[in-house]
Amino acid sequence: MPIVLIVAEQQPDGNLRKASLNAISAGKQLADKAGAELHLVLLGKEPAKVADELKGSGAKVVHLGAAPELEHYLAETYAPAIAALAQELKADYVGMASTAQGKDLMPRVAARLKAAMATDITAINGAGADLTFTRPMWAGNVFAEVKLTTPVKVFTVRATEFAAAAGGQGAAEVKTFAPKVEASKTKFVDFKEVKSARPELTEARVVVSGGRGTKGDFKEIEALADDLGAAVGASRAVCDAGWVPNDLQVGQTGKVVAPALYIAAGISGAIQHLAGMKSSKTIVAINKDAEAPIFQVADYGIVADLFKVLPELRQELAKLK
Amino acid sequence: MKILVTAKRVEDPESKIKVKPDGTGIVQEGLKYKINPFDEIGVEEGLRLIAKHDPKGEVVVVSIGGKEVQEQLRHALAMGAHRAVWVNHTGPLDQLAIAGLLQKVTEKEKPDLVILGKQSIDDDQNQVGQYLAEFLGWGQATFASKVESLESEAEKNKVPAVTLTADGKAVRVVREVDNGLATVECQLPAVVTTDLRLNQPRYASLPGIMKAKSKPIEELTPAKLGVDVTPTIQVLKLSSPPARKAGIKVPDVATLVDKLHNEAKVV
Repeated sequence: MPIVLIVAEQQPDGNLRKASLNAISAGKQLADKAGAELHLVLLGKEPAKVADELKGSGAKVVHLGAAPELEHYLAETYAPAIAALAQELKADYVGMASTAQGKDLMPRVAARLKAAMATDITAINGAGADLTFTRPMWAGNVFAEVKLTTPVKVFTVRATEFAAAAGGQGAAEVKTFAPKVEASKTKFVDFKEVKSARPELTEARVVVSGGRGTKGDFKEIEALADDLGAAVGASRAVCDAGWVPNDLQVGQTGKVVAPALYIAAGISGAIQHLAGMKSSKTIVAINKDAEAPIFQVADYGIVADLFKVLPELRQELAKLK
Repeated sequence: MKILVTAKRVEDPESKIKVKPDGTGIVQEGLKYKINPFDEIGVEEGLRLIAKHDPKGEVVVVSIGGKEVQEQLRHALAMGAHRAVWVNHTGPLDQLAIAGLLQKVTEKEKPDLVILGKQSIDDDQNQVGQYLAEFLGWGQATFASKVESLESEAEKNKVPAVTLTADGKAVRVVREVDNGLATVECQLPAVVTTDLRLNQPRYASLPGIMKAKSKPIEELTPAKLGVDVTPTIQVLKLSSPPARKAGIKVPDVATLVDKLHNEAKVV
C-alpha cells in the first residue's frame, strides 16, 4: 500500500505547532485519494511529549525519532533523519505544514530523495496516478495545477486551506525509531522568541490589521484587538516603514491568515495583502477611500476615517456584552 | 573571498499578472522584467560582505535563461558585482534542474558563500537554496533577516544579520522564523537565502552602469555543465484565484455591529 508521510512540528517550547494538524488533514485527504496509508513522524529530543496529541488524527502510525542531537531544529540534522525514514517506509509522498520550519526543511528532504516538490499546496485533485496539487504563484495572482513526476513527491501545505485534524486520543500506533544522525556543518546559536500577550496571528479567531492609513499609530488597532481577544496584523507598507515589527505582516511575503473575522483598517488592499487574508470568513474594511480595492473583497465596508470608526466600534461592541 | 549570487529574471512585482484564457500561461504583453527582488537583496549583501571583510574579494553573479537574462546580470554588475556567469537555456526549468545547474556552477567557481533570494516572486517555490545546500553537502541558513523585531536600536545594531566569525571560517546568520529569530552559524562554504528586510539594495550609479558594460559574462549551457534539465514538475493549468464577491457598504458603525452580530454571527 502506498504511504503518505507527514512531518509534525514541535515548537521551541515543546508544544505541537498547530499548523501540523492542518497538514495532517491534508495528508489524510491525500491518503484517501491516493489509496494510501497515513503515517506521521515527529523528531526532537523528547518527541514523545506531544505524541498523545497525534493519536486521534487519523494516522495509522506515529513514528517518534528521539536523539539528543535533534534538540534544536536544524535542516541539516532533520533532513537525513526524515529522508532515511521515508526510504525505509518506501513513502510515496512526504509533506509538512508550510511553516518557517517546513519551508526550510522540506526542500532539503526532497533533495535527498531526488524528489520534485510543490510548495504551499491549497488543494489536492484527482486520484491515484492522476493526482495533482494546486498551488499559488505570482503572490497569489495565479493558481497552478501541477503534477510531480518523480517517484517520491514532496510538498508543503498552506495551513489555512485545510481544516485542522482532530487531536487527542485515538487509534494510531506509536512506534519509536532510531533516527539517522549525521554531523552538521551548521550550529544552533540561539532562538529569541518575540513575546506577545495576544494570540498567534495565524491561529487567532479574529485579526485586526492596520495599514498606511494608521500613519504608524496602532493604538486604536491594538485597543480593539484587545477588546476582541484578537491578534494584530499589518500591511507590508506599514512593516517596511518600520512602524510595526515584521512579524505582524499579513500577505504573500508575510503570514497567510484565515480567521473568522478580519478587520482591515486603513489598508488599501494591494494584491499581495489580499493573498494573505482572502480566505477569512468575514472581512470588514474601514477606509477613507471609497475606491480602495479592499472593498472588493470585504463583506462589510465603511467609508470613513479609521480614527473615528475604531473608537465607535469599541463602544458599540461593548454594548453587546 | 568569493561570493556567488543568483539573479533570476522575473516579472516586475508591480505588474498586473493575468492568466491567458486557455490557462496555458500568463499574458506577456506589456510586462516589464526585473531582477528578482530577493536576489537583488542577495547581491547587495554580497557586496557589503566583500567590502567589509575582503575588499580584494569577488562577487560573481549567475543567471539561467535565454539571452534576455543578460539584462539582469548587467544590473547586478552595475550594482558592483565583478563578473557574471550566464547559463544559456530556454524552456521550462524546475527547482531540481535549477539547483543541479547551480551546483555545477558552484563546483566550478568554488565560492566561500552562495547567496540566493529565499524565493523568486514568479514561482514562489522557496526551494532552490535548500536543494543546492543538500546537493553540495553544505550548511544552509535560509530567510536571513535584519533583526527588526528586537526591542531597541542598540540591540538591533549589535547583531547584523549576516556576519563572518572572527576566524573567518563560518558565517553567523539571524533567521526570521515563526514567533521569533533564530541564529545559526554555518561553516564555510555555505548557502544563505535572503528575506525581505535583510537590507535595502543600492541603486546602480551611472559610472557603475558604464563599468558594467565591459565586465565579463561567461556563457555556459546545461549540456556543457552536464546537467539533465528534463522537468519533473508538469504545470497542467493556470487559473485566476477564485473571486470573492464584494459585500455591502454600511452607513455607520451601529449597522456594522448589528450585521457582525446578527448576520455574520462573528461577534
